Amino acid sequence: MDRPMNLFKTVAAVLIAAVAITATPAMAAGGGAKHPRSGGFSFEGPFGRFDQGQLQRGYKVYREVCASCHGMNLLSFRTLGERGGPFWDPHAENAAANRYVRALAAEVQVADIDTETGEAIMRPATPADRFPNPYPNATAGAAANGGAFPPDLSVMAKARHDGANYIYSLLTGYVPAPAGLQINPGQYYNPYMAGDMTPFWTGDPSHVPPGGFIAMPPPLADGQVTYDDGTAQTVDQYSKDVAAFIAWASEPHQVQRKQAGVGVMIFLLLFLGLTYASYRRIWKGVAH
Amino acid sequence: MALENESVAADQGDPNDKDPNRRDFIHIAAGAAAVGAGVMAAWPLVNQMNPAADTLALSTIEFDTSKVLEGMQVVIKWQGKPVFVRNRTAAELQRVRAEGAVGSPAEPDSARTKAGHEAILVVIGSCTHLGCVPTFNAGDFGGWFCPCHGSHYDASGRIRKGPAPLNLVVPDYEFTAGSTVRIG
Amino acid sequence: MSDHESTYVPKTGIERWLDSRLPIVRFGADYMSLPTPRNLNYWWTFGAILMVCLITQIVTGVVLAMHYTPNVAMAFDSVERIMRDVPGGWLIRYVHANGASMFFIAVYIHMLRGLYYGSYKAPREIIWILGCLIFFLMIATAFLGYVLPWGQMSFWGAEVITNLIGAIPMVGEPILIWLRGGPAIDNATLNRFFSLHYLLPFVILGVVVLHLWALHTAGQNNPVGVLIPKERTAKDTLPFHPYYTVKDGVAIILFMMMFAFFVFFMPNALGHADNYIPANPLQTPAHIVPEWYMLPFYAILRAIPDKFGGVVAMFAAIGILFVLPWLDTSKVRSMRYRPTMKIFFVIFVLVGMGLGWCGAQLPDAPVVPGMASFVLLDGELNSYLWLTRLFTAYYFAFFLFIMPIVGLRETPLPVPASVSEPVLSGGATPAAAVAQAEKKG
Repeated sequence: MDRPMNLFKTVAAVLIAAVAITATPAMAAGGGAKHPRSGGFSFEGPFGRFDQGQLQRGYKVYREVCASCHGMNLLSFRTLGERGGPFWDPHAENAAANRYVRALAAEVQVADIDTETGEAIMRPATPADRFPNPYPNATAGAAANGGAFPPDLSVMAKARHDGANYIYSLLTGYVPAPAGLQINPGQYYNPYMAGDMTPFWTGDPSHVPPGGFIAMPPPLADGQVTYDDGTAQTVDQYSKDVAAFIAWASEPHQVQRKQAGVGVMIFLLLFLGLTYASYRRIWKGVAH
Repeated sequence: MALENESVAADQGDPNDKDPNRRDFIHIAAGAAAVGAGVMAAWPLVNQMNPAADTLALSTIEFDTSKVLEGMQVVIKWQGKPVFVRNRTAAELQRVRAEGAVGSPAEPDSARTKAGHEAILVVIGSCTHLGCVPTFNAGDFGGWFCPCHGSHYDASGRIRKGPAPLNLVVPDYEFTAGSTVRIG
Repeated sequence: MSDHESTYVPKTGIERWLDSRLPIVRFGADYMSLPTPRNLNYWWTFGAILMVCLITQIVTGVVLAMHYTPNVAMAFDSVERIMRDVPGGWLIRYVHANGASMFFIAVYIHMLRGLYYGSYKAPREIIWILGCLIFFLMIATAFLGYVLPWGQMSFWGAEVITNLIGAIPMVGEPILIWLRGGPAIDNATLNRFFSLHYLLPFVILGVVVLHLWALHTAGQNNPVGVLIPKERTAKDTLPFHPYYTVKDGVAIILFMMMFAFFVFFMPNALGHADNYIPANPLQTPAHIVPEWYMLPFYAILRAIPDKFGGVVAMFAAIGILFVLPWLDTSKVRSMRYRPTMKIFFVIFVLVGMGLGWCGAQLPDAPVVPGMASFVLLDGELNSYLWLTRLFTAYYFAFFLFIMPIVGLRETPLPVPASVSEPVLSGGATPAAAVAQAEKKG
């Protein structure tokens, strides 16, 4: 019991148990939903990075398609130009001076108060502005969408288990409801959506279809958004790109975090080696 | 573990030994790493108090100076501080020009304005003494008077009398288009 | 070790001047030279690790409070602002959030170590009771802190846990309203939870000081479990510094590596995705679970079919730890010499983990899917409900029956006469062991 190896094994066992226990409810919460498909994203794993082109395309899909119903209230235009962001320009350290960001912001109208008259006005956004919400409040958003408020997408990749893959799978996962599934008007069947289809299933009770109902109609169609870089203009590609963009937006510092982590782990390993050597030296010949 | 007595242990690098020559290099290295770890851990705790990205993003504002009537000033908020944008009359201009380089540091009025927009003066409206906001068109020099401790500024924002050590600060700004200035 | 004589000698005039007015340097020097049992293993390093955890949580917490806004309209966004805009804020928040889990991993190991080696037995009852108090305060602090980000799990966790108070007959409802500051969890609740979450860690720190004071009065236990008489101090102990500073140091760095791995590479793995959905008082998440470290107690709560009974059982599960010193009848401290008790201990650890596992499952779900089962009283036998009840029964039986009965009936192995003896001779004489066991009673 005196050896660090044993301690390490125990700690590792506790750690694995802890992760297993916490991971379980997350899977259980998915109910009968299908496990998300892998989008093969470049930013996965400890050394993963974002593909800047993909983030730019993802922003375009969000702006042209998603933004009409979904807000991203926690994002500011300046964030797009921060280090590691879709429009990061090494020549514009200050994101507010980034010409792409300024141009993208100016394309969007935001609400403001006229400083002289005090009246509500619309003006072109500046880099410091947040993304505008499509609806004045959640009630208005729900009323305009058959009672289902389109959720804000700012942290969506963190708010769902296996976030980026989930978003990719959901967007590409729309299939016609299987025969025997009772579906109400204004609802769509998606096997990746959380839910339980048992009450709506009239077929074989041992083969309840996976997934749930979603109020969002399939939002994407091939060729809907124009890509300037020659990337395929397909639903699959759009879904991947917008999932990557939302994954970045949910945690803009995640690549920086992982890079810092590699450095910290190397330092701790060296620190451990030195301290262990010091420990061996101090305890050398001391009976215990 | 085989037992050896204390004297044997002492011979093999007693860590209590205060003589640095006998002290093992490895203990110094481990200690240095510990200090390094402490500094690395402390840095984020210090750094977090620096201005956040959203605060920095508000560091630039634009303002149309044609909104300021002659002889008046408009106070706008920039980085949480008041900025005076003053459109000076011909008489005021004449007076501050005639006085040449005065204030602290001694400056001519032309050093405090932009060419082509000489009537417009942009200064940060916080007294250089202890930060109060000086009163417009008051004091002995036709500029501002700080009610807190009695500093007198002229219409060029230069300190002329009282405890304030410096002229009112002219922020970094430029005329971007026509009469519009961008401050910051 | 209270009779440890001070060996500090002030060298300079300034040191002598200070020493006669505020002997703080002497205090530190005496602490560093404290005679410590020479046979402490790595399980004893968790005390130092916990100290690091507490300081980490306090320091990062004070810093986070500089940016956090305790208001229902702004709390969620202010946490995300820390993650996005505050320089290095993401690191500080992730350290604080994962730090809570690390704190509990360490405290559970620390408590099980105390249980295994009999560190709660005379003369160390007060150390153990203060430790239980710290554990209880930690649970309260962690719960209050989990509410602050104001996500779905925060809100519904607060709702469910405060409702426990409402289960108290007669006075429950008025107390509940008083605690929440209204009929429902709202801004008043968030504000007071923030205030208390800031306060309690300093209370914990105060109790930790008492915990250490008691520890240094009674002296540290050790893996052999025998007391170190004064005349054997020189043979059986080592000065705390450098022997245990460096040993604790190695363990702390290992622990930090695990901590850093979570913070930098899987910072949200120990949390729940639903807590990134802003709190919505009108919609409960599909499946609510507390943080992993609360799961065993949450399972006990659900095992009892009566609402108030469940609350009583849950608090009793923690409360029983306080009287543990008087439930154990054994004269031998360390389970190293208690082969029967050792088996019950291992089962207890597994049951504790099993309770945690059960706490994360839906109570009605089958333990073995597809296995034939029948309804026993109020639920299928093949369900987590009945498994949880089985584990809960063992949890309480361990303290109430196994400890007192096994202590009286088992025959312990020979206990060495002193800490150094197993090292010196590789074993103990039975005569010495019996004598030692008698002496300790």
